[in-house]
Amino acid sequence: MTAPSTAADFVRAYLLPRSVLSGLAAVLLAFAVGAMLIALAGRDPVAAYATLFQASLGSANGLSETALRTVPLALCGIGIALAFRAGVFNTGAEGQLFIGGTAAAWVGLQLAGQPQALVLTAMIIGAAIAGAAWSGIAAILKLKFRADELITTIMLNYIAIYLVGYLLHGPLQDPTSPLAQTARLGAEARLPVLLEGSRLNAGIIIAVVVALVAQLYLWRAVDGFRLRAVGENPRAALNAGMNVKRIVWTAFLACGALAGLAGFTEVAGVQRRMIENLSPGYGYTAIIVAWVGRLHPLGITVVAFLLAGVLVGGDRIQMSMGLPAAIAPMLQGIILFFLLGGELLTRYRLVRTPIVPPAAGAGAGAGD
Amino acid sequence: MDVVTPAFVVSVLAAAIAYGTAILFASLGEVMTERSGVLNLGVEGMMLMGALAGAAITLGSGNPWLGALAAIGAGAAMGSIHALLAVGLRANQVVSGLALTLFGTGLSAFLGQSIVGAPLRDDFGRLPVPGLEDIPALGRILFQQNALVYISFALAPALWFYVYKTRAGLRLRALGERPEAADAMGVDVSRLRAAYTIFGGALAGLGGAAISLATNPGWTENITAGRGWIAVALVIFAGWNPARAVLGAYLFGGVEALGFRLQGAGVAVSPFFLNMLPYLFTILVLVFATRPSARRKMGAPAALGVPYQREDRG
Repeated sequence: MTAPSTAADFVRAYLLPRSVLSGLAAVLLAFAVGAMLIALAGRDPVAAYATLFQASLGSANGLSETALRTVPLALCGIGIALAFRAGVFNTGAEGQLFIGGTAAAWVGLQLAGQPQALVLTAMIIGAAIAGAAWSGIAAILKLKFRADELITTIMLNYIAIYLVGYLLHGPLQDPTSPLAQTARLGAEARLPVLLEGSRLNAGIIIAVVVALVAQLYLWRAVDGFRLRAVGENPRAALNAGMNVKRIVWTAFLACGALAGLAGFTEVAGVQRRMIENLSPGYGYTAIIVAWVGRLHPLGITVVAFLLAGVLVGGDRIQMSMGLPAAIAPMLQGIILFFLLGGELLTRYRLVRTPIVPPAAGAGAGAGD
Repeated sequence: MDVVTPAFVVSVLAAAIAYGTAILFASLGEVMTERSGVLNLGVEGMMLMGALAGAAITLGSGNPWLGALAAIGAGAAMGSIHALLAVGLRANQVVSGLALTLFGTGLSAFLGQSIVGAPLRDDFGRLPVPGLEDIPALGRILFQQNALVYISFALAPALWFYVYKTRAGLRLRALGERPEAADAMGVDVSRLRAAYTIFGGALAGLGGAAISLATNPGWTENITAGRGWIAVALVIFAGWNPARAVLGAYLFGGVEALGFRLQGAGVAVSPFFLNMLPYLFTILVLVFATRPSARRKMGAPAALGVPYQREDRG
């Protein structure tokens, strides 16, 4: 590319990469479509958007609510990104989140009365192990039976939700309440609040730490390099002597652990107990967050923050303007959709490659 | 077990067909789409939009046939978005489909807010076939179904014939196996793939209507409960063959029917576990269908999921 000769060239070359431009265009288009739908519902779009921005970014409370919703989106998104980078299409974050949250609540109740540091650590470990185990089921199905993980993990999501429903209506149900939830967690089992008077808790710190660690892992650790290598070219990785199976396992388990961790932050930080509706689809939204965030942990955190803002603002619009409850996720969906469309105009593409080299016809299948 | 009487078995089989029809429509559509080389993971979202459109139009007009048409239209519209992204812009088909599912789920919840739980009386009620309905057992199972089921009875063999016995079907299979060859024969790869994708979406929409206008009349959020995903899995189980898709769909319907009947008969298993059955079954199906010996026999279309670019031709 020749050196920029005019100011316009300069701006075009260095300040406005196509991806940022297309991202902005996508968001604007999405807001336009959202405005049409809001108008269809009989409300003033301008007032609605003003409320949205005010509610999510315009006050300390709004910002903390936005940060609150960023946590599960970012954690699940990073987990999904780690899996995707290894070529594992793990779409089971939602179920893993539920399982992790349930485990965290159980641990927290079992350890009632113990010191907070101990209880929270135990809950984190419990949630991560539970989420990883749930993801591990899909890993076994994939590695032993070649069952496509995209569908098995989604099936496991539904199974997880029914399993949690069973537990919350039965063995884990709060003995003092007819509702499908566990007993309330004691103060020792709750994440400390960071900002007096708001709900902002230490979960956001966890999310940021995880993002940094994941970023370092992927680009500074040998294992992270191996993970990326397997995702980009499993055959070459295999030939280079990498233990592809182990790396695939790592991908599944890491995703499950992080999604489980997200469940923990919701249980210990937001709900203070395990409930049936712990997540409004964070695990699914996180898939697109991961993709739009270019599978970059830090990028994912930023995208998660933006979408969390839409959720918070959308909730406020719904409450104050009487719009249908699904306005927030729907707006989010439109934005994501246009962002996806915009992505197509940029270079980067995800290519799905088989984990293990395909059997070359003549009876080599048994060796896989 | 005294709950398993002959009458019980007959009623389960009849329900299997009734419940399996939604999945059958969606699976048939996905078979055609994947045969052309396009992977459509937006089936769940398309079924939901179809179910909503069907319910909404029927509630407004009182005519379920108009609702069914609306469902087909909604599915086709979403299918055309996928066609645009996946075929026209050669985007990553997995992500495009996933996004459509998320979008369809959210959009249907939003638009359907006002009719949640509204009683739908003009659904596709039972339409017994005069004469045939009185055949012992078989009559109850096959000929006391609703109109959409009868349509599926005709559609499945028709598609089977189309795929395996016609010139156009040959071209379809070429699209999915070796699009370069089809291109060299003068076939417009992009246009045909787009058409099959839209067709698949339309059938997915009709599948949604089979739920909201027949098995679960009315609309509630997420009324399909993952059936779209099950339909995609069943395509693999069916070996991309419309006839086998029938088997898979009714097997699934049977699992679901069994679960309901057992619940109703007061069997001592928690309803939560019975509700898990369809999803466990789908996992089992995938395991069974993709084991190495099976895969060698019923392989996926070779060019499935790979965007076609004429410039890439060797």
